[in-house]
Amino acid sequence: MTALWIVLGIVAVLLLAGVWIYNRLVTLRTRVDNGWSQIDVQLRRRADLIPNLVETVKGYAAHERELFERVTEARTRSLGATGVADQADAENQVSAGLRQLMAVVENYPDLKANQNFLALQEELVGTESKIAYARQFYNDQVMRLNTLIQSFPSSIVAGAFGFQERLFFEIEEETRGPVQVELS
Amino acid sequence: MYEQIAANKRKTAILFVLAIVLLVGVGYAIGLLTNSGPVGLVIALVIAVAMSVGSYLYGDRIVLASTRAKEVSKEEQPRLHNIVEGLAIAAGVPKPRIWIVPESAPNAFATGRDPEHSHVAVTQGLLETMNRVELEGVIGHEMAHVVDRDILVGTVVATLVGAAVLLAEFFMRMWWWGGFRGRRGNDSGGGAASALIFAVGFILLILAPIFGQLIRLAVSRNREFLADAQGAMLTRYPPGLISALKKLQTAPTAMRSANNATAHLWLNQPSRLEGEKLGPMERLFSTHPPLPERIRRLEEM
Repeated sequence: MTALWIVLGIVAVLLLAGVWIYNRLVTLRTRVDNGWSQIDVQLRRRADLIPNLVETVKGYAAHERELFERVTEARTRSLGATGVADQADAENQVSAGLRQLMAVVENYPDLKANQNFLALQEELVGTESKIAYARQFYNDQVMRLNTLIQSFPSSIVAGAFGFQERLFFEIEEETRGPVQVELS
Repeated sequence: MYEQIAANKRKTAILFVLAIVLLVGVGYAIGLLTNSGPVGLVIALVIAVAMSVGSYLYGDRIVLASTRAKEVSKEEQPRLHNIVEGLAIAAGVPKPRIWIVPESAPNAFATGRDPEHSHVAVTQGLLETMNRVELEGVIGHEMAHVVDRDILVGTVVATLVGAAVLLAEFFMRMWWWGGFRGRRGNDSGGGAASALIFAVGFILLILAPIFGQLIRLAVSRNREFLADAQGAMLTRYPPGLISALKKLQTAPTAMRSANNATAHLWLNQPSRLEGEKLGPMERLFSTHPPLPERIRRLEEM
């Protein structure tokens, strides 16, 4: 009789642990998804800024046609990208193009004083730092989810319910630190 | 982090209970004193419960109103909005509402009851003195308070202490004007007893604000170190906050709306005296660790 109770007790404890691990996995998966959609929102916002920005710079530096085309192309590719790795690759191109664009702007003092351009620049800087923060949140959550999926005994639950490891969103960065552009 | 959230919720509950017990005690003492029976007790209970509920639901409003903060739109302050939104994303919480306090001393605070109902307020002076990276450091610190639910405890304490001080002053004044004195004279039998009761009531009235002050001290000082560290982790760039705190060291701290009930909420302790650093009394009841110590700990990270 006592043996039966002991077995039942063990089963109950195991079940409870399983439920707890399962819920934890679901929470983390939701957070990873939320993190990804945040990144997506910010990337889209940056893409929306690009045509305006290109137009404004064009007014002052029309001969940089090749650069404008490259940025516009990178933007189109970024909007069509699917999956974490593809998106990261596309974003690297957009970032590189924008960096070059901003370097060109340095040669035009009139443009740098243009109110419209300054507003766009603030939006761009703000959006890029939000991309960085969204990426930071997403990668943190991916790391937690992946750790849980890999480690024992949660790996058993993860395997049984088909939880999959996620990819980190990795992009190239020239320097660490929040933002490089000083506005004031 | 999760332990801190739980601890802060627990603290808030304890605060409510303490506030209710304290007020009911005062009400009871006054009831005995004036021979009005349980009326004082009931009134005190009603006031205490109303105060607790009010400070939970409307504490953020009261705090913001007491500092004369004005909400700003994204069009008016695009940079501030971008920074706050970015750090909210980093912390994984909804974007707080953003307010500006018309004071020239650089300072900031956060209030609200949870991340879904949160507010970040900065002074005009902060916007004028800090560059982008420093602003990010400051907002990161405030965002840490939001995430940890420090804002809940801080706001509840601010409104409870404010209300307790008001109530105590109200009763002292009533006493002064002889409201209670006449009736007590009719009580011929228990001279010694009534003197004792008088003493108890008096002590309670004196204790209420001091007690509030002590609770506030307990709540505040260590939180600041934690929020500094967590904020720096959110921005992943401690030098931003370090540089901001260094600027605060030399900046003026005087604020027109400085008062004891809200001092602990601010990034840096506000002083009341124009052009002066903190007075000896304010240092004794200091709600914040000294800036050099905060800077040192951040530099060690």
